[in-house]
Amino acid sequence: MHNKTIAELAKGLADGEFSSVELTQHFLGRIDALDSQYNSFITVTPEQALAQAEAADATRAAGNAKALTGVPVAHKDIFCTNGVLTTCASKMLSNFVAPYDATVVDKFNSAGMVSLGKTNMDEFAMGSSNENSFYGAVKNPWDTNAVPGGSSGGSAAAVAARLAPGATGTDTGGSIRQPAAFCGITGLKPTYGRVSRWGMIAYASSLDQGGPMARTAEDCALLLNEMAGFDPKDSTSLKKAVPDYTADLNQPLSGLRIGLPKEYFGKELSAEMSDAIMASVKEFEKLGATVQEVSLPNTMLAIPSYYIIAPAEASSNLSRFDGVRYGYRCENPENLEDLYKRSRGEGFGKEVQRRILVGTYALSEGYYDAYYRKAQRIRRLIQQDFLNAFNEVDLIMGPTTPTPAFDLGSNTDDPVQMYMEDIYTLAVNLAGLPGISVPAGLVNGRPVGLQILAGHFKESQLLNAAHQLQTATNWHQLAPSAGQ
Amino acid sequence: MEWEAVIGLEIHVQLATQSKIFSGAGIAFGAEPNTQACAIDLGLPGILPVLNESAVEMAVKFGLGVEAEIGMKSVFERKNYFYPDLPKGYQTTQNDLPIVGKGVIEVEPEEGKIRQVRIHHAHLEEDAGKSLHETYTDENGRGMTGIDLNRAGTPLLEIVSEPDIRSAKEAIAYIKAIHSIVTYLGISDGNMAEGSMRCDANVSVRPKGQEEYGTRAEIKNINSFKFIEKAINHEIERQIELIEDGGRVIQETRLYDSEKNETRSMRSKEEANDYRYFPCPDLLPVELDEAYIEHIRSEMPELPKQKKQRFIDELGLSSYDAGVLSATRPMAEYFEQVKDRCGDAKLAANWVMGELAGQLNKDNLEIEQSPVSAVQLGDLVKRVMDDTINGKAAKQVFAALWAGEGASADEIIEAKGLKQVTDTGAIAAIVDEVMANNPQQVEQYQAAPEDKRGKMVGFFVGQVMKASKGTANPQMVNQLLKEKLG
Amino acid sequence: MALERSDVEKVAHLARLKIEDNDIPEYTRDLTSILELVNQMQSVDIDGTDPLAHPLDATQRLRHDEVTESNQREHFQQNAPAKEAGLFLVPKVIE
Repeated sequence: MHNKTIAELAKGLADGEFSSVELTQHFLGRIDALDSQYNSFITVTPEQALAQAEAADATRAAGNAKALTGVPVAHKDIFCTNGVLTTCASKMLSNFVAPYDATVVDKFNSAGMVSLGKTNMDEFAMGSSNENSFYGAVKNPWDTNAVPGGSSGGSAAAVAARLAPGATGTDTGGSIRQPAAFCGITGLKPTYGRVSRWGMIAYASSLDQGGPMARTAEDCALLLNEMAGFDPKDSTSLKKAVPDYTADLNQPLSGLRIGLPKEYFGKELSAEMSDAIMASVKEFEKLGATVQEVSLPNTMLAIPSYYIIAPAEASSNLSRFDGVRYGYRCENPENLEDLYKRSRGEGFGKEVQRRILVGTYALSEGYYDAYYRKAQRIRRLIQQDFLNAFNEVDLIMGPTTPTPAFDLGSNTDDPVQMYMEDIYTLAVNLAGLPGISVPAGLVNGRPVGLQILAGHFKESQLLNAAHQLQTATNWHQLAPSAGQ
Repeated sequence: MEWEAVIGLEIHVQLATQSKIFSGAGIAFGAEPNTQACAIDLGLPGILPVLNESAVEMAVKFGLGVEAEIGMKSVFERKNYFYPDLPKGYQTTQNDLPIVGKGVIEVEPEEGKIRQVRIHHAHLEEDAGKSLHETYTDENGRGMTGIDLNRAGTPLLEIVSEPDIRSAKEAIAYIKAIHSIVTYLGISDGNMAEGSMRCDANVSVRPKGQEEYGTRAEIKNINSFKFIEKAINHEIERQIELIEDGGRVIQETRLYDSEKNETRSMRSKEEANDYRYFPCPDLLPVELDEAYIEHIRSEMPELPKQKKQRFIDELGLSSYDAGVLSATRPMAEYFEQVKDRCGDAKLAANWVMGELAGQLNKDNLEIEQSPVSAVQLGDLVKRVMDDTINGKAAKQVFAALWAGEGASADEIIEAKGLKQVTDTGAIAAIVDEVMANNPQQVEQYQAAPEDKRGKMVGFFVGQVMKASKGTANPQMVNQLLKEKLG
Repeated sequence: MALERSDVEKVAHLARLKIEDNDIPEYTRDLTSILELVNQMQSVDIDGTDPLAHPLDATQRLRHDEVTESNQREHFQQNAPAKEAGLFLVPKVIE
């Protein structure tokens, strides 16, 4: 049952092959038996999951089932879930039981879906390896010596290990696409404003975007159908009709123009990586697409721009964690200042503190223009690069990451080295574009991802291309031994 | 040396919306602690703000009311600092691009002395909660402060003046003018006791004639007209004394202590604040268009300045009377109702500014609390105009209405028999009676020379009025007495 | 540009983070290398380009002014580390 895709599970439920309770029990059993190897969940909620599954079965019996009624999924622990611990993988929120549901969670609940629990992540979504978690690192199901990527590493590992057929993730600089690539699954970062941020604990508000993670593009389309949509509670949510993302999956690709940015295939990309990506590109040519080189000249500036904007917004977003109204409070504060400084100093991990410090510095008097404002000007340049490229091509393709998953502990002492991991993904968030990572085979036994980018709100086009690739190839069906 | 004060004011006006600026929580005054603090106001993880349309509309109304440029694109920024009553660790406010730009307001600190005070800008922002320094203790018996976030997120319009004010008196006139505009516009209840208008004053002094400004101190926490004047005057004196004694004013924030009538420096360490302003990424730029502005303009009520001019031009009131009667919206509304009821603006003005104002003052009441309604007063004035009662009786009727002795002037006139007697025969009969009862005085009168008689007639008038219980028409009494006494 | 220890201390104070004395050199080093990384952008001259605050050129939507929230104090205060009489408690604030 765990090897079925969400589309197959939905069909099985509809056909009465199995009930949601059976399905849910099956996945809960797998989590219970296997997750100690991966540490992909922070909280598992069997009772709630089974209650939801029973309700889903009842809904189906009454003839009111919707597309995904009864399908179990997991939520990244950055989404608030009413009555359930919501930690953001931080000691700061290790005692925080969210008193309300995120819009995404609410939408899944209304769709009759079942939540298995909350997945591990880099603390406050800051990281590319899932090693920055108060609840310990997540291990890559393909090789438990490797990182699963981050920050949505728990969601990616859980889906890859078949502990959940799909999961939610969030992507601020690559946090859906990079772990999807490292774990050999499919992950979609929608256009900024497509999925509501209400109840999604903010890292960098102008970059954060929730999205689906699953094994196939079709599954991502099904999940996005339930996630996307205007939310009056989110001022940055776009009032734009949501199409049926499965409608265009089977459109032929003849005449599709694909651009390969020359900056994404430079010398930092190994030959093996490049070969893997080009093999996928070849498949698109076979499907009738044309391929040309494009240029995104300001690619290298995405890293500095991102590492100012994201920490600056984070430094302010994380000020609310002060030990006053909820969350961690230090023992015996001597006075108010001590309460603040120790609660925050003890409650936040190192990488979070580093980014708060950088962001605070970048916004402080005398540096604002040189850092924050400058970074926002560069942000416009980067967006313009993409818009120019999309005048020439329909989709942009390249590697999701420069390398396959690296070993646990190999990058942790050098934050800057770690930041370079995001070189291909960051710019997409700065520009607000949608992007998807799809499995593109293995390099040195570890999965790599092909990243496909499209213009704003063209998720359907991304999903169509990804689905066609997955119809023509079987890279997405490769599974770690653990998952079989 | 002669000194001149230079004052700029920052007035925080609480807007009279139903809900908060970024959340759907209520803003009723005096609710139980934290019962009007929703997830957004508490700054829970994952919450997001959405801007209240009424707050924007009210800010634009104010802008139009002070002839200001309206910010067609305004941006909310975050002002970052830590304080327990500031739940998110930042205040959402406007900085670089406020919703209201430069404007001007006319104030009249003394009759006939009109001054222009320029508005630098006005911006929308959220209020903080309240810290209650009562005696709460932790398990070790240490003192704790309680935090109530009901007020957090209440919409404020901060109105920042240019340093165009030169005395505490002018400052008061300016604040009253702002108070009057915001209450006329209905964008605030203007209730200072409940904190709906709060004021910070930037005060400096300089030798008269000097161009450049002296170093200023900011006085915070002044929240009544009375204290504003005292606090500013105290601060001006403090600075002059300090400089004359060879000292130097330092730029700092001072807190006004109304009990001791002094200002004192807030926090000796006074660390340089670095608020790290940046555009709030959870909110988008607020863009307005001409059609929206025109729509609001078309709904603007008459403002005090226009009302005063109309009172002068159309009602023929003096500039002074028109000024007093248009000063506040409740006053103007009251007056206009009295006037409409009785039909005579000047008489209405005399009554409102005379008898009514006197009684209100005596009982320390605001006009909204007047026991005599405008309708009651209008009807009373009407009875004076149609000679139903004389002036003296009218005062009695007013006093009776004030004391709640009757529902209307007519009822009281009837009950107390105050209807003026204008029947010549009836008055003549009383005159005859009075003359018959006082033969000696009649003799004296008739013997007196012409120029002494004027005073002596008063005795008879008094007797006649007394005999008529005050209801005889005084002019007729005089006339008849002169005829009959010869 | 290398940061000084005092820069880190100042920023840590602004951010209300208690950093142990012996961790300051490491933070100073990390922050310096991060700033070197981000300073790459100082080489481009783009003062004429408008800053981009949001990826989409959208404008703020306004909410109808009505009270939609009811009192949920008990529910929200379940997470409060210290409370009394409906108030959140903090160590005494000295004005």
